[in-house]
Amino acid sequence: MLNCHDATRLMSEAQERTLKVSERMSLKMHVMMCSGCNNFKNQMGTLRMMTRSYAKSKNDSETPK
Amino acid sequence: MPISQSEDEGSKSIFSEDAFLEDIRRQMLRFAMLQLNDNHLAEDAVQEALIGAMKNATSFGGRAALKTWIFAILKNKIADILRQKQRMVNVSSLMREEDEDADFSELFDRKGFWQTDERPIVWGNPEASLREGQFWQVFEACLEGLPPKQARVFMMREFIELSADEICATVELSTSNLHVLLHRARLRLRECIENRWYLEGERNAELS
Repeated sequence: MLNCHDATRLMSEAQERTLKVSERMSLKMHVMMCSGCNNFKNQMGTLRMMTRSYAKSKNDSETPK
Repeated sequence: MPISQSEDEGSKSIFSEDAFLEDIRRQMLRFAMLQLNDNHLAEDAVQEALIGAMKNATSFGGRAALKTWIFAILKNKIADILRQKQRMVNVSSLMREEDEDADFSELFDRKGFWQTDERPIVWGNPEASLREGQFWQVFEACLEGLPPKQARVFMMREFIELSADEICATVELSTSNLHVLLHRARLRLRECIENRWYLEGERNAELS
């Protein structure tokens, strides 16, 4: 059984690589039973969206001082 | 991203394409700014890296290779500048380096499950947060609070949108080390945003 530390590690790595089927299965099992990790899972996508919006806004408002 | 699409074009034409050059210059500047936090230093670093890259542009076959290489040059310039800056070493930055290897016992218990008060909560309507100026101040503060190594790879991944392989090549990291750093960065950033935005916001709402 995965613990939360390992589950978050896999959810983070999923942002960089495709998880193996076995990894996906055990992650799915864990997330189904763990509300904290379920929230974490949604937040990975949100965090990426936030960071890209932030980078974009930096880009657009780039004015020389 | 248009940059990695046409691998087959000659490198001479790469630099003659204004759009490509402008795009990469902007990405570099963004990157340098975030790492150096100084407009002038960032401009200088980008300028030097581009000049260096142009000298050897003919030896590059494709855009992806060229981009990785330009960022490698830029990274070295930034590293030089940061090293110079660090002659004024301060205690807080030393502590932050140590922090890099901190374990996450404050987040997880001995068996690796969330500590009760650290368990991630539901983030209500994140899209709405993005429209609030104050949210970005919190976000920026949380980013700046990351230990330097974690911040650097996180930015390369999420701001510059380099692939994991590109980052590993540029900063000479193993893939597993990169995964560890990004995992830590995300755990920390998530926690910070939750504590300083979502939990604070809730408290504010209750008070008003």
